[in-house]
Amino acid sequence: MSALVAHQVRKVYQSGFEALKGIDLSVAEGDFFALLGPNGAGKSTFIGIITSLVNKTSGSVTVFGHDLDRAPQQVKSVIGVVPQEFNFNLFLPVQEVVINQAGYFGIPRHEARARAEFYLRKLDLWERREQQTRQLSGGLKRRLLIARALVHRPRLLILDEPTAGVDIEIRRAMWEYLRELNADGTTIILTTHYLEEAESLCRHIAIIHQGNLIARTNMATLLKELRAETIMLNLRQPIESPNAALLAGFHLTQVDAQTLEIELQRHQTLNELFAALSQLGLDVVSMRNKQNRLERLFLDLIEQDTTSETAP
Amino acid sequence: MTRYWIAFETILIKEVVRFARIWIQTLLPSVVTTVLYFVIFGRLIGDRIGVMNGFAYIDYIVPGLVLMAVITNSYSNVVASFYSSKFSRYIEELLVAPVPNWIILAGYVTGGVLRGLAVGIAVTLVAWLFTDLHIHSIGTTITIFTMTAILFSLGGFINAVYANSFDDISIVPTFILTPLTYLGGVFYSIDLLPTIWQHLSLINPILYMVNAFRYGLLGTTDVSLSLAFALIASCIFILTWISLTLLNRGVGIKT
Repeated sequence: MSALVAHQVRKVYQSGFEALKGIDLSVAEGDFFALLGPNGAGKSTFIGIITSLVNKTSGSVTVFGHDLDRAPQQVKSVIGVVPQEFNFNLFLPVQEVVINQAGYFGIPRHEARARAEFYLRKLDLWERREQQTRQLSGGLKRRLLIARALVHRPRLLILDEPTAGVDIEIRRAMWEYLRELNADGTTIILTTHYLEEAESLCRHIAIIHQGNLIARTNMATLLKELRAETIMLNLRQPIESPNAALLAGFHLTQVDAQTLEIELQRHQTLNELFAALSQLGLDVVSMRNKQNRLERLFLDLIEQDTTSETAP
Repeated sequence: MTRYWIAFETILIKEVVRFARIWIQTLLPSVVTTVLYFVIFGRLIGDRIGVMNGFAYIDYIVPGLVLMAVITNSYSNVVASFYSSKFSRYIEELLVAPVPNWIILAGYVTGGVLRGLAVGIAVTLVAWLFTDLHIHSIGTTITIFTMTAILFSLGGFINAVYANSFDDISIVPTFILTPLTYLGGVFYSIDLLPTIWQHLSLINPILYMVNAFRYGLLGTTDVSLSLAFALIASCIFILTWISLTLLNRGVGIKT
């Protein structure tokens, strides 16, 4: 069964701005799905429609077989949402935010208290349960949003940039927890600006640009389409200039005496590169990608879409 | 149905905890104001005014003062609470949950009614310190009290839906509600007014509520009781319909 099926979803705001131009998208049950796009692409509008915060202009949305227009309450009961911005009462104690949310989903108060304790402990917020939410740091507020979204045990969890402004340690911990939830059967849709996050977590991906869906595939296939990858190599010993003839097939730039930047085309392999470097007697101490691979691909796709739109 | 009841109960608990937590701002001011009214209009000036419709002036103004506190508090509770939830966007907690709009409305309105009830009881207790209060008709008193609180809670809700700033939630209470209340027969019988003002007073709906409530406590009224009931019930019906239509369309809360 599909967790989400969106058919020709359009949104035209009162100002006349067309935020979504007919999105067709399906997400399979159990998937970990990334929804990417630049700022203003329409990602948050799309999520707003699924979560009943934005009225769509036309089209249909089905969640686990329930139609959003005909059975909105059934749709809402299986979705948990972590919004981009903090949208809880800043003067309420942490625990109360989670208990109230459980109550809105019809969970009796004694059960709501137990669940709130479970998720607050899971997200390291239990010790701060009596604190007002405004006293929490940005990272802790993000975790509270996740606890609140999970308290009714949704089958579909939607996260709109959940790790924005969160330090690396908390971000990694969140990733780990999201993987755990997904492994337990929760379908997850994620929007993020950290493309590394999407590459690390998600199996399928869709890219929205200017209200259109310009790509929808699985992560492995998408990465294969990458035309080139730029690699930075740190050498053991400084060199004056590498032998251009031996590295002729590679697009190479010398950054400094011990650093080379090499653009590896899709038809070239790392083995070929290292063979050439060995022949030159160069020892490579370390290697890293100059640019996140997905980021590169993402920019390529958006560039293609923009070019095709402006072409006469 | 149980699920909806739990959602309603949750909204209600949240609302009661909210106004109880800040009782100095929500419950106390009306009590202080009413004490001042009793001291100034009742004790100091009231004796010089004499009797009104057969009652000592201080006794005559008790129903109006109680109902004025109910009107103000029911209205301001819902308008402040719902607008804050819009402003800080935590209304989204309810919008993403499987809560029907009528439950959301019922939760906020009942919260307003309970604050009106809390303040109304406090003001009535204060009145007992100054007057020899007795209740003529308990049924009329409770019914008018509750219907008025429901009506003004609904009014506060509609105001909050349309409000775009904190200024917008004080305009209606300051420039419409307060003048209508003061001119609604709280401090006088309309029999004292010139004919033209008597006729004009009759288009003020608060006049009917104050007089019906006064009948409940004292047994005297300037207007027809059945007309008052019909008017309040009609207003409740119309404002409920407007509130639900606004919620269903997502006015002010969805884009």
